[in-house]
Amino acid sequence: MNRSNTLRATALAAALVTSAVATQAATIGLMAPLSGPQALVGQDQVDGFMLAVEQLGGKLGGQAATILKEDDQLKPEVGQQIVRKLIDKDKVDAIVGLSFSNVLMGSLPRLAESGVVAIATNAGPSPIAGAQCKANIFSMAWQNDGAAEAMGKFAQDRGIKRVYLMAPNYQAGKDMLAGFKRFYKGEVVDEVYTQVNQPDYSAEIAQLQSAKPDAVFVFYPGGMGINFVKQMSQAGLGGKLPLYSVFTVDGTTLPSLGDTAAGAISAAMYDASLDTPENRKFVTAFEAKYKRTPSLYAAAGFDAANVLDLGLRKAGGDPKKLAAGVKAAGGEFKSVRGPFQFGKNNMPVQNYYAFETVRAGGKVATKQIGTPLAAHADSYAALCKLP
Amino acid sequence: MSASLLLVQLLNGLQYGVLLFLLAAGLTLVFGIMSFVNLAHGSLYMVGAYAAALTYGATGSFALAVLAAMGAALFVGLLLELTIVSRLYRRDHLDHVLATFGLVMFFNELVRLVWGPQPLFVQVPEVLAGTVQLFGFNYPSYRFAIIAVGLLVAVGSYWLIHKTRLGMLIRAGAQNPQLVGALGVNIGLLNAMLFGVGAMLAGLAGAMAGPLLSVQSGMGEPVLITTLVVIVIGGIGSVNGALYAALIVGVVDTLGRVLLPLVLRQVAERSVADAAGPALASMLVYLLMAVVLALRPQGLFPARRGR
Amino acid sequence: MTSLTSRLPHPAVLPLLLFAGFAAVPFVATAIGQPFWISFFARILIYAIAASALNLALGYGGLVSFGHALFMGLGSYAVALPAFHGIASGWVHLALCIVASSLIALGVGAISLRTSGMAFIMITLAFAQMGYFLLVSLKQYGGDDGLPVAATSQFGGVDLGSTLPLYAAAFVVLALVTWWMAKLRAAPFGMALRGARQNARRINAIGLEARRLQLVAFVISGAISGVSGLLLANLNAFASPSSLAWTVSGELIVMVVLGGIGTVAGPVIGALVFLGLEEVLKGLTEHWMVIFGPLIVVMALVGRRGIVGLIDLWPRARRSSTPVVVSEGGA
Repeated sequence: MNRSNTLRATALAAALVTSAVATQAATIGLMAPLSGPQALVGQDQVDGFMLAVEQLGGKLGGQAATILKEDDQLKPEVGQQIVRKLIDKDKVDAIVGLSFSNVLMGSLPRLAESGVVAIATNAGPSPIAGAQCKANIFSMAWQNDGAAEAMGKFAQDRGIKRVYLMAPNYQAGKDMLAGFKRFYKGEVVDEVYTQVNQPDYSAEIAQLQSAKPDAVFVFYPGGMGINFVKQMSQAGLGGKLPLYSVFTVDGTTLPSLGDTAAGAISAAMYDASLDTPENRKFVTAFEAKYKRTPSLYAAAGFDAANVLDLGLRKAGGDPKKLAAGVKAAGGEFKSVRGPFQFGKNNMPVQNYYAFETVRAGGKVATKQIGTPLAAHADSYAALCKLP
Repeated sequence: MSASLLLVQLLNGLQYGVLLFLLAAGLTLVFGIMSFVNLAHGSLYMVGAYAAALTYGATGSFALAVLAAMGAALFVGLLLELTIVSRLYRRDHLDHVLATFGLVMFFNELVRLVWGPQPLFVQVPEVLAGTVQLFGFNYPSYRFAIIAVGLLVAVGSYWLIHKTRLGMLIRAGAQNPQLVGALGVNIGLLNAMLFGVGAMLAGLAGAMAGPLLSVQSGMGEPVLITTLVVIVIGGIGSVNGALYAALIVGVVDTLGRVLLPLVLRQVAERSVADAAGPALASMLVYLLMAVVLALRPQGLFPARRGR
Repeated sequence: MTSLTSRLPHPAVLPLLLFAGFAAVPFVATAIGQPFWISFFARILIYAIAASALNLALGYGGLVSFGHALFMGLGSYAVALPAFHGIASGWVHLALCIVASSLIALGVGAISLRTSGMAFIMITLAFAQMGYFLLVSLKQYGGDDGLPVAATSQFGGVDLGSTLPLYAAAFVVLALVTWWMAKLRAAPFGMALRGARQNARRINAIGLEARRLQLVAFVISGAISGVSGLLLANLNAFASPSSLAWTVSGELIVMVVLGGIGTVAGPVIGALVFLGLEEVLKGLTEHWMVIFGPLIVVMALVGRRGIVGLIDLWPRARRSSTPVVVSEGGA
């Protein structure tokens, strides 16, 4: 990972190649939050992407690939500057990653204006899925509501009568709970929004206990999830009150949660325990290289590299054809998560699975317990004007 | 909201307040007596939490982990004091803010460099892992332990400051360092010890917080800001003030988060209440501080010297 | 009282050189085909404006405000909110920006100036945090995700959303602010303000109200910071609550002190060096904060004369070997 050499090589390449016809190398910008509380999410995406590039022999689309890694620190302003730099200075062929929804939305004007292909691996905000959809912007991860919708459907199918909802008080939190309620038709006992990055949930957990719901559904990404689940377990609710969640108990937080997460049910488009041939190969390779189990973020990064590879091949070196190439590639490449294609709004149409965290031989592991939504398209596609 | 729920929430508020007190006690001493603004106090808390997490993981003994946390924080604190902090005592608050701001950046990145961005997992010690039946609720035993530790520290620091010779030296040194120095007391050593004690308390807070919160780079900052608020409300330099203010802030914050949305729902439409409630609750503690400062700038329980 | 630029051939040499450099940037960048640098330097200019505004409160007034990011943020939202409702007129944005930041600065200043020292630092921080939480809670205006600017500021035929007009606007604003700050040093208000910083009792004794002077300075400082926020929102076409984070306020303070607190060119140099160094370090290593943090510590230890102070000392040090006594006094 010698960035200054990579930068020099890119500068040299950009200086030598003056015409926009066949480029010798594909330059790809890979932007993720590599510092701060969600750094592990960013790191997983980068590692997944780089593993795929390595498996492709360091090439994307048949050309030698130069990957420029950038840390957006989960700050929209920083992300904006990086996107500007990647497009104007480094003249990349595509940008992958694009961090969380807020960073992605912050960079949207520049991305849309430039027409550079952008593949998000951790977000799919509803504006981009709907009225502001763009031909060159894709999500390789999910449309933000998808996992929550799947969890809602799963809870509905299981016959849960009364659910208590909790999420942090920002856009994604509100979207998750809205997504859950779209498919869950039972009684919502209460909807509680907590402070972003709030460390202590003892008050809310006491409220939760007194409300006596049949189950609780939460969305607490990263450190917030670890805090919440641990404290719920300490209050004696672990295993007694069914915990349904999205992005709370996943590959990145499970090592820190350990036993306290036992019994938790989550919904996502991927988990390392998925039993498909592509996934088994991917998990083995990832564990061998990075000594940890891949999370859904790593899978998104890995898939993004493969879809980009196929898309570049289809475009045959013509930047104007790359967006169409990537879109077509979506339906053709083999994803580690199962069936996949891009919807008309460039959001994934994919399965969402339900997983349960179980105790297995002194440790915890996840196993798949259902597929509440198969080949699910998001609810904003109708608002998108793309053909 | 039933009476028993309210009581449980009150207990939650007290427990949060006690955790804040552990941090505030060290910081208010450093600030009040040496007049040093230490933004890096949150980093010392982080050092303590990491030391405890690593020791607990390696040895399985929570007691050892707490000792390791206090030791590590003490070591780092003394190192900082000797190299950087002692040069800044005579300088302006602005220099303190700058230097410690740089230190915060450094420590956060260093921790990430060495241990990576993955939060560390600290288990609640077996002996405290149960719950206690309280008014029909299950209350975690571990939180009672935190309250106990906090009260011990409160009593201990009161005894130290007011009933020992060292405490007398500390209080004298705060009033008139030159005179105390002229009497043959090593003021430099005294200040270093005081800073060290503050660091140890921060380390202890970090160790106690580990099983509850996630141990990761940058964990100090959110708590630091609230701690600074506590100190300002309580009165800079006053450990008693820090205790009362910490409990007040803990209770106000906890009850605010719980009651505000309920109250707002009576007067406004539900979606508005649900959006405004948490926001107002977050702001509540800062509003409290602004009100206190506007009406009584020296804090609610200022140290008797009135600095 | 030494004038820190009196050692140079002419007091204005340093600022003039800087501005000549800034003026050259768009031409050089276009010539080498790297328009990226125009937006990069535009950002530096914008932060230089904010740092200069802070310098008024901090350097001249001695008010350590840890919440100036609040005003920058207000300025940004003064563009984003009307734009959200379809209002693109730059005049409306500007008016809203100045009125809002001034009024809020008035409120914050009036309450905060009842305290001093550490309490002042904390209360300004608290107000910035309150602003942050308020903006995060407004779902219809994007909340934590931020609010894209639907329509950038239009002034007559000039659209600040394009990089070149924005650069020109930022350049002009910075030039005006810098010139004004230079004039202010010797003007009655400036002298009184700096006197209030050095010894408030004396100022009160001669009949001027120190607190009122400081409040006026704080309000003006807030308004100018607001304008820098307006420019920033146009540059990024985006307004986000994260620009009100306390770390941003901290960085502004670092810029002012790094450049030379209380000087005219200091904030500009500080912004240039801070952001430039950050960019250079980021290119070297992903863990650049491990280097940057200690650099800030060293800067705090070495002394608050800042870069301008160092430049100022250099000819003197060559001429004589006796140590120079800095009589600018504690702020």
